[in-house]
Amino acid sequence: MIQKEEKLQRYISVKKIDVRTFTMFAVLVVLWIFFTYFTSNGFSSLETSFLSTRNLSNLMRQMTTVGIMGISMVLVMVSGGIDLSAGAVVGFIGCIAAVLQVYGGMGTTETILICLILSVVIYMVQGSLIAYLDLAPFIVTLGAMLVFKGLILVVTKGTTIAPLQESLIYFGQAYISRPMSLVLGIVMSLLLLLNGVQKRASKKRNGTITGSPRNMLIQWVLMTASILIAVLIMNNYRGMPVPVLIMFVLVILLTLVAERTTLGRSIYAIGGNLDAARYSGINVKKNLVMVYSIHGFMIGVAGLILAARLNASTTTVANMSLEMDAIAAAVIGGTSMSGGIGKVAGAILGALMMGTIDNGMSLMNLDASWQYIVKGVILVAAVWFDIRTNKKRKN
Amino acid sequence: MQPDYILEMRGITKLFPGVRALANVDFEVTRGHVHALVGENGAGKSTLIKIISGVYPYGSYEGQMFYDGKEMKFQSIRDVEKEGIVCIHQELNVVPELSVAENIFLNEKPTRFGFIDFDKMYMDSMGLLEQIGLNSEGNLAISPDEKVRNLGIGQKQMVEIAKALAKEVRLLILDEPTAALTEAEVDVLLDIVCKLRSEGVTCIYISHRLDEVMRIADEITVLRDGQTIATRKRSELDKETMISLMVGRELKNMFPRVPHTRGELVLEVKSYSVEHPDIEGKKLIENVSFQACRGEILGISGLMGAGRTELFTALYGAFREKGEGEVLICGEPVKITNPMDALRQGFFLISEDRKKLGLNLIMSVKENTTLAALHKVSKYGVINDDREVNYTNQYKASLQIATHDINAAVSCLSGGNQQKVVLAKALVCNPKIIVLDEPTRGIDVGAKYEIYKLMNELVDQGVVIIMISSEMEEILGMSDRIITMANGKITGEFDISEATQEILLQASVPGR
Repeated sequence: MIQKEEKLQRYISVKKIDVRTFTMFAVLVVLWIFFTYFTSNGFSSLETSFLSTRNLSNLMRQMTTVGIMGISMVLVMVSGGIDLSAGAVVGFIGCIAAVLQVYGGMGTTETILICLILSVVIYMVQGSLIAYLDLAPFIVTLGAMLVFKGLILVVTKGTTIAPLQESLIYFGQAYISRPMSLVLGIVMSLLLLLNGVQKRASKKRNGTITGSPRNMLIQWVLMTASILIAVLIMNNYRGMPVPVLIMFVLVILLTLVAERTTLGRSIYAIGGNLDAARYSGINVKKNLVMVYSIHGFMIGVAGLILAARLNASTTTVANMSLEMDAIAAAVIGGTSMSGGIGKVAGAILGALMMGTIDNGMSLMNLDASWQYIVKGVILVAAVWFDIRTNKKRKN
Repeated sequence: MQPDYILEMRGITKLFPGVRALANVDFEVTRGHVHALVGENGAGKSTLIKIISGVYPYGSYEGQMFYDGKEMKFQSIRDVEKEGIVCIHQELNVVPELSVAENIFLNEKPTRFGFIDFDKMYMDSMGLLEQIGLNSEGNLAISPDEKVRNLGIGQKQMVEIAKALAKEVRLLILDEPTAALTEAEVDVLLDIVCKLRSEGVTCIYISHRLDEVMRIADEITVLRDGQTIATRKRSELDKETMISLMVGRELKNMFPRVPHTRGELVLEVKSYSVEHPDIEGKKLIENVSFQACRGEILGISGLMGAGRTELFTALYGAFREKGEGEVLICGEPVKITNPMDALRQGFFLISEDRKKLGLNLIMSVKENTTLAALHKVSKYGVINDDREVNYTNQYKASLQIATHDINAAVSCLSGGNQQKVVLAKALVCNPKIIVLDEPTRGIDVGAKYEIYKLMNELVDQGVVIIMISSEMEEILGMSDRIITMANGKITGEFDISEATQEILLQASVPGR
């Protein structure tokens, strides 16, 4: 009897996760249809609409900054923290890159190195304040946000600094050639297959096999199909944008960190139950500093890509509240505000949703104010949905 | 002559999932008396009090409650307080940032034209404080406009009593009021209780300190295992009889006792002290020394608040205050400032609070099992799934953890199986010393037996087992040697051959 109940509970909890992702996808599809309808004269001129390959390619390119910020925000939030300074630091790193190149005449390699190191150091300091001085992440990062908004003005003196060197712009604006994109897509799908087979083999060794190979194959076919469709859409325009490729590489890397390393496991343990983690002998402080350092690296990458895409550094970046978009992306992707729960890849879904709203509404020539309103409503609705499913799961 | 009862409880039964906390309890309190309620931990005192004070509303228990001759069906604490029954719990309910007067009149502040009438409030507070004998003289004098945050625990308790008087209390319930008080404060408190009695307030007084009970109670009711054992006049009772009434039961054959042979010394603690985290200058653990050897189960006995959990949490490096003193493991002096150090020394603490400190309920059985030994299942920081699954399956089999899927959330498991997961987590670390704090709390009988058996096996493998338990039966049933604690001190050490429930309880009752 008890076993039956347990089984039922497990079944529901597994199904709920699917329901959640599925709902977000459904909302996304509805949004896409909606925007396509209103930008194509009622589906009559698709080639200039939201659904045109040109626009979809642009959409992907535009979402990379928030996407990269979002996936590492997931890790920070899983650890029980939050980062309000992300947007300001992204802007600051962009400014430093521009200053180094325009005023300092520095090469791209050096610029990238300096910017990434700087960003990691910024977050190492914030992480240390949080871990060793027991300060609330909200407060530390709020303070940092103000500091870096100020520092941007100090560095740029309020002007726009441009242009950057071609080799740096590459990372924000260039495209990978069509054949190369296709090859990358196929390699990716093969890696997925390999991973699936390996996982199955290991489960078989341990006698915890779940489901038949059919399920695994269906999953793989679906993934491969979506990868190839995405690649074909990109290729129909100009090929895979470089920043999108970088984003996907980072998603894979960060997923591996979250799910396959002791660091990742410790982060989930700390965010899920700090005291239990401490009692289990996990080095809470060191792991927290590590999370923020990794986050710093990701924020550095996001800042460089944004600056490269804009081909300039402007003071306005810090006022775009990118950190809020990143937090929203993580939350829409299923990350819990109270820590311990979250999936790295989920933030991409969230970022895609935010990007879709921005992009679609601008295509419809709606005022930017409406983008804020709609994004706000969707964010709150997503969290409500999350809490509701969680509650049901607990009951 | 029919006695004049203010409160009569008939046939009270209260069930919790899997446990019968109260079984057909009768309880009568005579008007104008101080009635003491005594019993061991878990005898059902708190449950009974929670029923009287409305924490458990009518309908959540069986039986009848008569107050002033009328049957009462209380739905909430507010209903109860309207009738003049006020309960002062062990954890005080004062608002630290408000003044004494504001706390006293927290619920019904006197108003004038809709605004709080501060003058009246302060005057009335003065009157109430005077009523309990806290006028402007004496070392416990309280000013009504003092912030409660600045008061000592004893004074806070007085504020609570004044608050009860403001509600025109007729039946005052004091739950372990003296647990945190100094001797001088206890004297004042007992005087107040006597004074209130002379003014016609009835009082139910719950305490572990039997000396206090003997000093002020008119009648004493002993509870044991959720049943009323006896209600006697104080004059008919002495402390020894009371203890034997509190204990009075035979050990059933629930414990798989096997003889162990005591081996070499592993853990040695010398004059170890821990500061009280909240009260400056007070020691929570005072000058404690003990030893634990290979091949024995060392039982730590004592009443709640004796400092047992705090002592071992501090030794484990997880307490807020750091302990002072010498700790030796296998003859080597060690310095443990956090659980990481403790684990490195082969010292594992299984906390009494399984859900808060033992497990990560969001995580799976597998993830919980390996959490304390991630270095064993990983290489260069990358987790090896095979090794993780192997460890989990190994302990799942040896501890008979009933779960069909090690990837299921640990929250889906029953209490006993959850406890086994915590044990598995400890065993993966291969510790030399395992401290089990209340290892079988909230666990059904079958799982208890399995955990006891496991403890025996571990002892045979050469692990030192230290078991903290509030259950006398468990202590006597499993330990080879027993240390009793009271008030943060070790009050006795007994070999199992000389220990009886009476002796242990005598040693555990804080002396005054």
